[in-house]
Amino acid sequence: MRRLLWFWLAIGWIGFVVLPWYQQEYGFWTLEWLTDGYTFYGDYAPAILQGFMFDRPWLMPVAVFLLTPFLVIKRPRQDPLFGNVLIASGLCGIGYMLLQGFAIGVFGFNYPFLTALFGELDVRQYGLGYGALFCAASFLVLFCTGLAARGTMRGDVFVTTSIGVIIALVATFVFFPVSRILISAFVNHDGVLSAADFLRNFAASTVWGLGCFAGGVCGVAWNTAILAILTATSTTLLGLAFALVVTRTGFVWKKSLRVLTVLPIITPPFVIGLALILLFGRSGTVTQFFADLLGVEAGRWLYGLPGIWLAQTLSFTPISFLVLIGVVEGVSPSMEEASQTLRADRWQTFVRVSLPLMRPGLANAFLLAFIESMADFGNPMVLGGNYDVLSTDIFFAIVGAQNDQGRAAVLAIILLVFTLSAFGAQRFWLGKKSYATVSGKADNGAHISLNPGLRRLCYGTVIPWALFTVVIYAMIFFGAFVKRWGFDNSLTLDNYVEAFGIGWSDHGIVWAGAAWDSFWTTLNISVIAAPLTAAVGLTTAYLLVRQNFRGKNIFEFGTMLSFAIPGTVIGVSYILAFNVPPLELTGTGVILVICFIFRNMPVGVRGGIAAMSQLDKSLDEASLTLGANSFTTFRRVILPLLRPAIVAALVYSFVRAITSVSAVIFLVSADHNMATSYIIGLVENGRYGVAIAYCSVLILVMLMVIVTVQGLIGKRKLRREDRVATDISTTGGKTAVSGLREKHS
Amino acid sequence: MKLKTILLGSIFAAGAMSVSLSAQAAGRLNVVCSADNTWCEMMEAEFEKEYDIDVSMVRKSSGEAYAQVRAEASNPKLDIWWAGTGDPHLQAAAEGLTMEYKSPSLDKLQDWAQRQAKNANYRTVGVYAGALGIGYNTDVLKSKGLPAPKCWKDLADPAYKGEIQVANPNSSGTSYTALATLVQLFGEDKAFDFLKEMHKNVNQYTKSGSAPIKAAAIGETTIAITFMHDMVTQKEQGAPIEIVSPCEGTGYEVGSMSIIKGARNLENAKIWYEFALNAKTQSMAEKAGSYQVPSNTEATVPENAPRLSDIKLIDYDFAKYGEAKTRRHLLQRWDEEVKTAPQ
Repeated sequence: MRRLLWFWLAIGWIGFVVLPWYQQEYGFWTLEWLTDGYTFYGDYAPAILQGFMFDRPWLMPVAVFLLTPFLVIKRPRQDPLFGNVLIASGLCGIGYMLLQGFAIGVFGFNYPFLTALFGELDVRQYGLGYGALFCAASFLVLFCTGLAARGTMRGDVFVTTSIGVIIALVATFVFFPVSRILISAFVNHDGVLSAADFLRNFAASTVWGLGCFAGGVCGVAWNTAILAILTATSTTLLGLAFALVVTRTGFVWKKSLRVLTVLPIITPPFVIGLALILLFGRSGTVTQFFADLLGVEAGRWLYGLPGIWLAQTLSFTPISFLVLIGVVEGVSPSMEEASQTLRADRWQTFVRVSLPLMRPGLANAFLLAFIESMADFGNPMVLGGNYDVLSTDIFFAIVGAQNDQGRAAVLAIILLVFTLSAFGAQRFWLGKKSYATVSGKADNGAHISLNPGLRRLCYGTVIPWALFTVVIYAMIFFGAFVKRWGFDNSLTLDNYVEAFGIGWSDHGIVWAGAAWDSFWTTLNISVIAAPLTAAVGLTTAYLLVRQNFRGKNIFEFGTMLSFAIPGTVIGVSYILAFNVPPLELTGTGVILVICFIFRNMPVGVRGGIAAMSQLDKSLDEASLTLGANSFTTFRRVILPLLRPAIVAALVYSFVRAITSVSAVIFLVSADHNMATSYIIGLVENGRYGVAIAYCSVLILVMLMVIVTVQGLIGKRKLRREDRVATDISTTGGKTAVSGLREKHS
Repeated sequence: MKLKTILLGSIFAAGAMSVSLSAQAAGRLNVVCSADNTWCEMMEAEFEKEYDIDVSMVRKSSGEAYAQVRAEASNPKLDIWWAGTGDPHLQAAAEGLTMEYKSPSLDKLQDWAQRQAKNANYRTVGVYAGALGIGYNTDVLKSKGLPAPKCWKDLADPAYKGEIQVANPNSSGTSYTALATLVQLFGEDKAFDFLKEMHKNVNQYTKSGSAPIKAAAIGETTIAITFMHDMVTQKEQGAPIEIVSPCEGTGYEVGSMSIIKGARNLENAKIWYEFALNAKTQSMAEKAGSYQVPSNTEATVPENAPRLSDIKLIDYDFAKYGEAKTRRHLLQRWDEEVKTAPQ
């Protein structure tokens, strides 16, 4: 511990004395400053020189809080003074850094009262850089070490620090930006606080109008809610049908059905919408066929609620399937057997016993689809017609001709309230009833098969729907090879050449295709984001499963929160929060990486929790008894056993980073353009062929990654959270482990 | 496990290197481009061919670009904003987000381009112009046996019920130009009467300005109201589109260019500015499938571009209709009287 403390103090001093305090203009990774007049050039100087030479004396007090720990570092850790001084130094250090960062910005003092107090300040300061980062990290560790020395978490420095770091990260990258958007809802166009503007935006008839019941159009809030309920209902029912077919019938292609569950994860946005237009649009293949056949007018029914509903049902049914398959499998056969022994027929058993037992799973699937539908951006964008929903409205409130940031913030808050209440309902429901069917007792026997009527119904829905999904995806690949989608269907490779052409010159390969730039950026960012996401997610899971501390529930809620925040809201709030010092991240690749980490982290947490509860605590205890500390235990015992969960988190966050769009469109910049935002540009300009070609390449890349990883590890559950299924094996694992224990004793 | 660590490490290193390598060029320029993708990419390539300046370009619609420039006002990351409809440029100029700059080649420009610059106190300049028009899909029109529209007023004809598509002026600058054009042509009340009549024929108010003509090109709608150069692009790609210049006269946009106030690479931004106003550069737009009328009088007008001289142009009052107050008023009235009216 003492050694660690020295180490972190050294980090702090390096940050203060050696590294450039402020951010580098051209990206986090550039090392230009080393060769370009480092130390004595104002932009690159470390804090200590900034204070002495470049008129930024307000940085000097930071050193005080780096000095105070030396007063007590020799004292025994039981001495209350030791802990208290460390706590105070850490807290004051971070607090002071934030204070000066927010008080002094690019144009001198940020607040008029400071100017009034201290006079005009003509020295400006930019975003915090390496030096500040090191110092902040050092202060955080000092603070946590202090807390541990005072007895927090039974004096465990590693655990205390982990909790501290995660809280700091979540506070900075989830709560801080979201609070910025909440504030901006109350600020009008001129930057003045105004409750009237908020009320006007909030109570507008375009938001809450009920015109659709009188033949007009409804407010966007109702539209969104109606769509979400419809989508959630249809996906839950379809998902249930799929799950029943896979678990309770002798269907031949069960395995292929499971493949469907991977599809929505690797499908870039817009693609399904575009394919639907080609099939069911007014000039779509199917529409034209029936219009000719029946002699009716080809309609535009696709644009609006029906179209978005159809597209979302296609997109999200596999997710419901994934959730429900575990639940349906988990219903204990003994219960069903008992019911049959009591002379209930198969239908009664299903309705009276199995179905009620699946209720929590159904609720979970429903609410998940509800949230996904609310947050969906791509489908309403392409198929919306005159049916406005919140996610697209937020986008256009910011980028459209109205440029109304206040309105966007208000809509974002409404959307946030919707998703958070659904999220809360989901957690509440699951907390109360979750999976009571999976008991520790051994379940013998197989599930009874469905009764004929229900089986026919399930087959009747599942087979056409699965075929329909296949047709849609076939259209996508077909669309990439035709000249001009819609009216010139001759085959060509032009789309691929335009996007991914490779030429040769004297210097070697020339990446001639227009898409290469964004393609490499996307891969680059995703590859960097994936391991970080997994690390943060799994550490959080470890803390949640293995440690008990006060406020654990709030901690868990905080880490899961970003899952419920729609991408558009995240995008807007990141721009608001991170465009100005002290945290100046817009325009960098770092902001994209951070955005992905905190959007995808909840999945890592969930997967980690599921996997970790599989491991009996006696393993930790054994390691601890043998003298390892909690960090070593985590590294040497728990991590190796978590391999599948790690892989799942890695793959998932990699893939999600490639396909996500709603947050990304606000955060891309000239140097860091992502594939999805490039594809939006193509779609906007009607270049469907190239867009589809690009999407198909992305799909192939992601498939390759998934298959490779699956092949390497050879486990089935590599995908999404799949928590129910894991929960079942959890119990299995537990019984196995406890069985082992019994044998040994 | 070891191998994985090494692999991961090398990926990180490669990532870090590729980022840092890209930052080595002598000069830099951050451009936001609000034109068609292909055109943006061509401009970037041509510019880099001529100058040793590393261009970072991002494509954003003019609304998105304006939003970004505004959001970054206190700490701009962009240097120059090229192309995109004139209104947001004027708005940015009015809010002092862009920089005053008088190009030496200003007097070589068309009147409307110079007027645009003057309206904005030289904080922006016109680079191209395009007129609004009506486009229709000839195949669909014929199969439905509908008459071809010739004037704005024709669009109120009940025969076109469910056949017309136009963007929502709240989200699209193109459509706002159309709204302002009609108000200037007919007077505000008459214009709204017409819009209410036409509303019955509109099947969808799209979000993006050029979406209607793309829908018309693949037969998803019959008639579209957009800028004519967008129609030409579709026609050149083989779509059965016919372009109509409305008989009452029509409004136009002046695609503009502005230097961002506080640009970090000001000198390079000025180089781009001159490059973009150059006759040679402007003559190349056609190659990228863009058919706007160039602002440099010496540039060649694409053969298929709708010539402004053949079109009855109204005297569009950019200053008045670009103003936030007028805009808010018209949009609010449109929301209340047109959008929510029964169809």
